[in-house]
Amino acid sequence: MTFSLSSEPIRLALFLVGIASFVGLNAAYLVWVERKGAGRFQRRPGPTEVGFAGLLQPIVDVGKLLSKQIILPAGVDATLFRVAPLLMMAPALMSLAVIPFGESLAARNINVGLLMIFAFGSVNVMAIMLGGWSSRNKYAIISAARVVSQNVAYEIPMLLVAITMIMVTGTMNLNEIVQQQAGYFWHWNLFRLGVNPLMPVTFLIFFTCMLAETNRAPFDMAEAESELVAGAYTEYSGMGFGVFFMAEYANILLGCALATVLFLGGWQSPFGALPGVVWFLAKMYFLIFSVVWIRWTFPRTQFYGLLNLSWKILIPISLVTLVLSSAMIKIL
Amino acid sequence: MKNALVEIYTGLKSLFIGLGITIGQFFKPTVTVHYPHETLKIPARFRGHIELVRDPATGKPKCFVCKLCEKACPSDCITVEGIKPEGAKRKTVTNYRLDFTKCSLCGSCVEACRDGAIRFSREYNLASTNKEDYIMDLFKRLEAEGGTQNPTQPTAGGEPQPATATIPSTTNPHAGPASAQVQPATTAQVQLEAK
Repeated sequence: MTFSLSSEPIRLALFLVGIASFVGLNAAYLVWVERKGAGRFQRRPGPTEVGFAGLLQPIVDVGKLLSKQIILPAGVDATLFRVAPLLMMAPALMSLAVIPFGESLAARNINVGLLMIFAFGSVNVMAIMLGGWSSRNKYAIISAARVVSQNVAYEIPMLLVAITMIMVTGTMNLNEIVQQQAGYFWHWNLFRLGVNPLMPVTFLIFFTCMLAETNRAPFDMAEAESELVAGAYTEYSGMGFGVFFMAEYANILLGCALATVLFLGGWQSPFGALPGVVWFLAKMYFLIFSVVWIRWTFPRTQFYGLLNLSWKILIPISLVTLVLSSAMIKIL
Repeated sequence: MKNALVEIYTGLKSLFIGLGITIGQFFKPTVTVHYPHETLKIPARFRGHIELVRDPATGKPKCFVCKLCEKACPSDCITVEGIKPEGAKRKTVTNYRLDFTKCSLCGSCVEACRDGAIRFSREYNLASTNKEDYIMDLFKRLEAEGGTQNPTQPTAGGEPQPATATIPSTTNPHAGPASAQVQPATTAQVQLEAK
């Protein structure tokens, strides 16, 4: 995939279409994966009736959501209410522009890719908060408050881990981070124990924070349906809810893609040969499967448990890994 | 400090044990019965709504309108009417109305019946959007089954029919393993696909 400079606008347009369709397709079919996975974890078959193995189920679901009216409850802030779902979807799409899917398969190979992803990643929180706040619904407002405190708590260990990774790799360019992990799988950042013996722990912290940032079970306090109806999404109907729902999966996609780039060697092959986009997708989908796996294994935490986990365990440990790796870098 | 670390370690370990258990379940076969496509075997003692029993000798209902079931019914959902034909010793039933909207399937009618003339059917596909469908005329139902071989009807001297036995069903609440396994071979109402 080499393009001359004159074809740059075409290249960008192709990437725009590519990323938008990739996210759309994944958001739809990750719902299918989620439902199938949920079924299998509970010894059920999951969707089976619509199409082969229920494969047409997402299309039918989207058709149902599209055909529904978006009801604007009395007294809501109409603009914010309508903008909130888009605010949640857009950052995920934008962040995927800097993810290197393959060696030269990145829409924009910018030097501050990691920074850009974290900058846009925070908008996601604001979107849920705005959605909950503008709904004028007590459950939605409780959910909005929870989302803010949860994300403040989990942004800190996540950024500490990101700083550790930036120190270890010395760059914020995602493509360079992947290139540094070339070779066999023990060159992946996850297994670079020489730089930081706590690297697997760092990955675990990153993954946990990613779950919390994307509001996935067991950290789905924002959408705790047993307590808060549907949390911030309570008042949303039709495609307003649909976009939120798809954005949740788009964010999971982004989080898993980022974890793959940072820790699992991105598009590098585990055997040192034949690097390519296939490896990236395989690793990313394995992580996405783990997200589903975790959701259907652990019950939802209580809110204080969630905050305790972040402030009393994750932040201290991530500080330890930060200090340890900076000391190791200085000494070695 | 030491306690806290031990707690973190054991807690983390328990999380991975939990993940191990769920992934074990993930690769086991599913236990779902895909209902309209496949059904379970209906046990021999299944208690559906009641139905009249045909006398194998005459082909007519065994019921002779003693109305014990009508009196036994706590929900007042049974109405039996009959006539006494010329020269016959007993009355025969002409109308056996079961209001299934009120029936609680207590089985008092089956227990009260002296002659084993009513029993539980194996019908369980009873969903309907029409209330009238639940006010059943069991006599007409039996007549409708008329000429054809009634699959739930006892074949002459054949298999055990616990629900029609003269012993009240409460004295023998569990069918023996032998009778539970015996199933009519040609049950048209339910597809018997053994899992």
